[in-house]
Formats: sequence, structure tokens, C-alpha cells
Amino acid sequence: MEGRGAQAWRWLREHAVNIVAALVVVYLLLPIAVILLFSFNDPSGRYNYTWVGFTFEHWAHAFSRPELNEALVTSLKLALLATVISTIVGTMMALALVRHQFFGRRPANFLIVIPMATPEVVMGAALLSFFLLIGTFSLGFETLLIAHVMFCISFVVVVVRSRLIGFDRSLEEAARDLGASSFQTFRLVTLPLIMPGIFGAAMLAFALSIDDFVISNFNSGTTVTFPLYIFGAAQRGIPVEVNVIAMILFFFTVAAMGFATWQQRRAEKMASVRPEQETGIGVPAGAAAAT
Amino acid sequence: MSSLRRRLSPYFLLGPGTIWLVVFFVVPLYFMAKLSLESGVVGSLEFDWNWSNYSEALSEYDTQFVRSFVYAGAATLLALVIAYPLAYAIAFKAGRWRNLMLFAVVAPFFTTYLIRTIAWETILSDESPVTEILHAVGLAPSGHILATSWAVIAGLTYNFLPFMILPIYASLERIDVRLIEAGKDLYASATQTFLRVTLPLSAPGVVAGTLLTFIPAAGDYVNAQFLGGAGNRMIGNVIQSLYLSQADYPSAAALSFVLMALIMIAVVVYIRFAGSEALMGEDTV
Repeated sequence: MEGRGAQAWRWLREHAVNIVAALVVVYLLLPIAVILLFSFNDPSGRYNYTWVGFTFEHWAHAFSRPELNEALVTSLKLALLATVISTIVGTMMALALVRHQFFGRRPANFLIVIPMATPEVVMGAALLSFFLLIGTFSLGFETLLIAHVMFCISFVVVVVRSRLIGFDRSLEEAARDLGASSFQTFRLVTLPLIMPGIFGAAMLAFALSIDDFVISNFNSGTTVTFPLYIFGAAQRGIPVEVNVIAMILFFFTVAAMGFATWQQRRAEKMASVRPEQETGIGVPAGAAAAT
Repeated sequence: MSSLRRRLSPYFLLGPGTIWLVVFFVVPLYFMAKLSLESGVVGSLEFDWNWSNYSEALSEYDTQFVRSFVYAGAATLLALVIAYPLAYAIAFKAGRWRNLMLFAVVAPFFTTYLIRTIAWETILSDESPVTEILHAVGLAPSGHILATSWAVIAGLTYNFLPFMILPIYASLERIDVRLIEAGKDLYASATQTFLRVTLPLSAPGVVAGTLLTFIPAAGDYVNAQFLGGAGNRMIGNVIQSLYLSQADYPSAAALSFVLMALIMIAVVVYIRFAGSEALMGEDTV
């Protein structure tokens, strides 16, 4: 007969990994819970660091701070433009790298990886040095856009490429056999199939851009983005509305991610229409994207 | 004609992105190199191979360099210890909870980096229950966490943790479970199977994860700014203030280059050691 202590010990040993994992999940979500909680805070002074009392006030007047709104609009505009440009340019690069053998592939790959392995301060400082010495750009929205597109491109290439690698090219061949032109094939077959990858890449680019602080800190001039506003406000006390807007952005991103997952499932269905599945020759498009 | 078009099409596809990266990533590095060898103050900067920028910057800010690498190293180790069990649980034990747990891993990314860090300022403040608990169990003897090295390391660990979890999860998830079962069939204990099958097979993920955590952590200045005190400044803080408040561009450029070089060296050495091991892990299959 096992004693109670031994039984408990065995249970603990069997579930140790799960317990630790659950604790890590709590750790990951704790700051988000704090941000949410403090978006309902009613601080007595300017500093929203200690809990005072519950209020809906700041959710009801989320957009009551003109400077904050302006920063948010700048960030959204910047992120949208950076996303569009980097997604188009990055997708083109991914297509070239996966589908073509050509002279200069290795350096091209290197050029894409190296920005991801460079600390942000170095990238920000290098760009600022460049802008200062050549003097053609005045620091502001323009230089921010240049910087954001620069650091988004690599991530777009990596995401779209992973999608393209598992692509079943016989689907395109079928389209060509059925008389579609190469442009029609691209528009009607290739593009819809890699769309979840492109959409995922665009979402990542958007998230990276709207969240960027370090590189923007160096190259913004007097333009203020959402993170830069928070940085500036930190010294004089961050308004509660910042927490509210952060949570709105959070829920918005969650919804977008839900949509992306749904779209990916649809594309997988689309790709698995072909009867060949049973023979096991065709690689389902989703398999590669998952890795 | 058509074959020429086909041969040129990769360059056409690659063109815009390559130009962007060359002009706004590679060329700026060249300009920063040039700036790091100039002397004088803003307005009258002159290029004269002034190598003393490097020696002066290094001797003046050596503590911050050492501190950055120590903090980043500690945060990377901590993140590895925290990330591995979670990645393991998601890959092998989560079942229908898997997607929800993966969501929890990326969720911090959906809130702004700065706000997350500022939330830690609240969590680690002297009045917070977390600090009180840590004080009670003896982990924070002074009752303060904020403005200490540990606060900065905790912030770095938290902020870059998903970069550690995701690659480890990806490599664990790819493991053929039959290999693990084979280990058990051959009478290996759970620990033996883990140490000799699972762990080596997940090495590529561990290598990728540690790099993805260490590189941004070593250059970070946000955590030290919000969670650290005057004695916890990292090299990122120095570069930021030299560039943006003191306008001492040559020194700041020199420091950036040294930081980049040191990180590159650390990465190359690390890959030499860990990378070959990671490759061996794949060979044993």
C-alpha cells in the first residue's frame, strides 16, 4: 500500500511538466492582465502605477486625448503603408528565391537574414547616421516609413517562403494545361493558394511596425508614433487611455488572427480538393506552412 | 526572347527588395563606419581615421558592455529554463489545449512592447503582491526588486521569451514520436530517453531560440530604462543617449560597431560549439 505522501509525490512527478507549463502560461499572460486591470483604474494623480478604484471612465472616453489620438493615427498610417510596401516587395523576393535558380542566390539570402540578426539599436543608429550624413531626407514620417519597410521585408520573405516551399506545382501545371495564361495562372491559382502566407506575413509586418520603438526612437525627428508617445509620456505619467487603446489593439489583433486561421483552413480545403490525396503523392499546402 | 525573360525574371522579382535593403541597411552601416572614424562636433565633423573614438568608447563604457552581455546571457539562460518545459508540454502533452497555449505564447506580442515593460514596473514595484511574495519566500531580501539587476534581467527574459519558446516548440513538434517510443522499448528510463533522444533532437530549436533571445537582449535599452536604476544602464542606453541627447555621433557610432562586432563574434563562437552539437543530434537519427 502506498502512503498518501507517496501518492501525492507520484501525481506531482507525473504532472510536473504540465504544472510548470501552466505556471509559464500565467507568467506570459500576467502583464496583459495587469494592463487590462489598470485600464479600469481611477488613479488619483498622474501616475497609473498603483490601484486606486474601478471606473469605466477611460473606456468611455478612450479617444479623449488629442495628442494620443494623433500618435495613434500616425502609427496606423505608418504601419499600413509599411505593411503594403514590405508585403509586396517581400513576396516578390520570396517567389524569386523559391522558384528560380539564379546567380546571386546566396548573397540574396544573406542580405535577407542579416537584418534579423542585427540588434535594433545598431539598425536605428546606422540609419540615423545615414540620414544625418547625406542630408536629403528630413527626419519624420518619411524616414520612419523607410526604416519600417526595411526591417519588415526580411520577416515577410521568411513567412511567405515557408508557405511557398510546400506548394504543389502540379496545380499550376493543370491550369496551364487547361489554357490559362501565366498571368491568369498566377492570379487564379498561385495567389489564392499562397494568400494565407501573404496575409500572415502582412499581419506580422503590421504588428512589427506598430510596435516598433527602438528604430523609430532614432529616426522619428519630431513625428510621434504610439510607442513614442508612451515613451514621452512615461516621465510625466502615462494616461489610463493608453492602457485602453493598448487593449483595443490587443483584441483587434486577436480577431485578425482568428480570421487568418479561418482563411488558412479554407485554403487547405481548396488545396485538398484534388483526388490524389489518397495516393499520398500530393503534399497538402498546409503541411509546409505549419512547419 | 522568352528564355531571356525567364532568366531575368528572378532579378526583376528580387530587385525592389534588394535595392531597399542595400540602400537602407547596408549603405547606412557604411555611413556609420565613416562616422565612427570622424572627429569634431556636430556641424564640423571631419573624417580623419580617428581610431581613438573606438579606444576611448571602449575604455569609458566597458562596464556597460560587460553588463549588457551578462544581463543578456542570464536572461537567455532563464528563458531557456522557462521555455523548454512549456514548449515540451505544448508539443507532447497539450492535446486539445495546444492552440490555446500557442496563443498564450504569442499574446504578449499583441500588446505594445513599451506597455508590457511598464506593466512589469507595476508588477515589480515595492507595493505589489508579487514583490511581497518574493520577499516572503526570501527571493527579494531587501523588499525591493525594481531598479536592481534582477528587474532588468526579468524584463529581458519576459520580453524575449516567445522567441525562445517558438523555435523549441517547432523542433520538438517535428520529432518522430516513434523514436521516443523506440527508446522506451529498448528499456531506457524516461530521463534517459529525454536526455539521449528528445533533447538532442530539439537542439536546433534550442540553438535558434538562444540566438533569437540573446541578440535583441544584448542591444536592448528599454528594460534597463524602465526597470533598472542608474547602476543598471546597458550599452544600448549609452548608444541611445549619445546619439539622441548628447549628439556625440562618432563615439556612439563606434560603440554601435563594437556592439555589432561583439555580438557577431559571440554568435559565431556559439554556433561553432552548439551548432556542431545540434548537427550531431540530427546525425544520430
